[in-house]
Amino acid sequence: MRILVLTKPVPDPAAGAERLGPDFRLDRAASPSVVNGNDEYALEAALQLVEAHGGEVAILSMAPATGTDTMRKALAMGALRGVLVTDPALSGADLPTTIRVLAAAAAAEEFDLLLTGLDTSDGQGGAVAAGVAARLGLPLLSTAGAIEPDPAAGRVRVRRLSAKGYDVIEAPMPAVVSCTQALGAPRYPSLKGIMAARSREIAQKAVSDLPDAEVPADGAWATRVVAAEKPAARAAGRVVKAPPDEAAREIADFLAGRRLI
Amino acid sequence: MAPVILAIGEVADGTLTRLSTELATLARQLADQAGGSAVGLVVDAAPDGAATELATYLPRVVAVTAPSVAAEVWAPHAAAEVRRLAGEGVTHVLVGATTDGRDLAGTLVGLLGWGLLANASGVSWSGASPEVEAIVLGAKAITKSVLTGDTGIVTVRPNAVEAAPAATQGEVEARTAEGAATPAATVVERVAEAGAEASLEEARIVVVGGRGVGSPEGFGIVEELAAALGGVVGATRASVDAGWIGYARQIGQTGKVVKPSLYLGLGVSGAMQHRVGMQSADAIVAVNRDPDAPIAEVADLFVIGDLFEVGPALLAELRARRGD
Repeated sequence: MRILVLTKPVPDPAAGAERLGPDFRLDRAASPSVVNGNDEYALEAALQLVEAHGGEVAILSMAPATGTDTMRKALAMGALRGVLVTDPALSGADLPTTIRVLAAAAAAEEFDLLLTGLDTSDGQGGAVAAGVAARLGLPLLSTAGAIEPDPAAGRVRVRRLSAKGYDVIEAPMPAVVSCTQALGAPRYPSLKGIMAARSREIAQKAVSDLPDAEVPADGAWATRVVAAEKPAARAAGRVVKAPPDEAAREIADFLAGRRLI
Repeated sequence: MAPVILAIGEVADGTLTRLSTELATLARQLADQAGGSAVGLVVDAAPDGAATELATYLPRVVAVTAPSVAAEVWAPHAAAEVRRLAGEGVTHVLVGATTDGRDLAGTLVGLLGWGLLANASGVSWSGASPEVEAIVLGAKAITKSVLTGDTGIVTVRPNAVEAAPAATQGEVEARTAEGAATPAATVVERVAEAGAEASLEEARIVVVGGRGVGSPEGFGIVEELAAALGGVVGATRASVDAGWIGYARQIGQTGKVVKPSLYLGLGVSGAMQHRVGMQSADAIVAVNRDPDAPIAEVADLFVIGDLFEVGPALLAELRARRGD
């Protein structure tokens, strides 16, 4: 099986240093980058699928040129090669453009499954997988908690998590699958993997390589952030250390004061 | 050109979801502010009941009978109907930031190339566009964003607006389905799991069990308190990873983002990965044995104590005050 995984470099949420620049765009220099959390679940699922069925995993990112640093980590986990779409003309790209670029770059690859994270920790829109699937005319199997391909039949089954439990859904391959944490924890790169990743290819592409992406000129994006502010700081909270009954009364008083009971 | 704002109705168990009534209210308000019009859409195998309810909020609702959505995923079918309505003049689409809603929104962006403003916690009309307020970067910033063109899509979180019926009941227009706009996956089986019915994102009160809960049985007190408060049970990644409760309950960076009136955390340490999913709650109360637990930094009331002592005492206190 050939599996292509979309991986996005995002500011490390654990570092807690994300911030917006004066143009209200994400200040990527302010925080160390990591592979987006949900994309790591997608990558882990992809690696397990090729271990079970044979084949190879490749990764695709759209990011500034420094994105190669973050992609090396994904390669160290076991992906064999990467494609990075990078171009100053994509700085601050809106969602329709991002979807067209990723779809055009994916269309140049051969794959049975295209995996993505359910959403990204910096954007959180959760719309890229569906958009890329629509653009490529492929079925979308979203919110996957388990992925079971049947390569001989050319079909894939996914356990799609729902508010009430899950649905088992099925479609012919190639197909697009958006992935959740329920697929299982990502592996840590081995030393051998880290060494091997250094020599693996990351092919770089620019907007001029992807005419189908129809990238608008001069950053004429469909959406614009017009204001940003920090949330009002929470007033310092009260700390209570008391016997259980007294602590319980304190909590109940607090809830009553807020009309929550 | 006056905007035409479409609210997407979602159906669960044959009933219109609460979030759909909020979207409809919002569409009506925006149409009033913009001098445009509002319309609703329900796409379902049996849409009539939900469409009639949606029409209590909107002057006009399109009810599409789509038998296929009983056996196929919903978004490709809904996308076909939205695309048809876009051809008839709809300029803006409001859709819930739900699993199906996000699939629909993404599909529409791919098909129509329209801009998307995601995860609105508030929407008003400003100039020629909806202005969308969203909490981003793990609640580190609140942004306001607009569309630069005449068309677009907004995904809306629960509780962005209070649902309010219109003065008069609207009309329902019945249609037959177009068919899927993109290849639709087949639904082989729908499986309901116990304890996963209530929507975490829509809940006004969320009671969360963290690592300190210690076992699946430990969630008993969490569930009892949630029931007593009329709330819903949530979890942290630690308690989900330990297998004590399902992933559907997880709040945080790779789980759900919630903004309830009350967050009550029991044995929750407050790791960054969890806080990005809950720190915009109106009120935060936490009980933890560890006085240095980082959740104290965001808690309005932080009780240093054992959840298995404070929890039952709180349950008794709540029952006593209610006169049970």
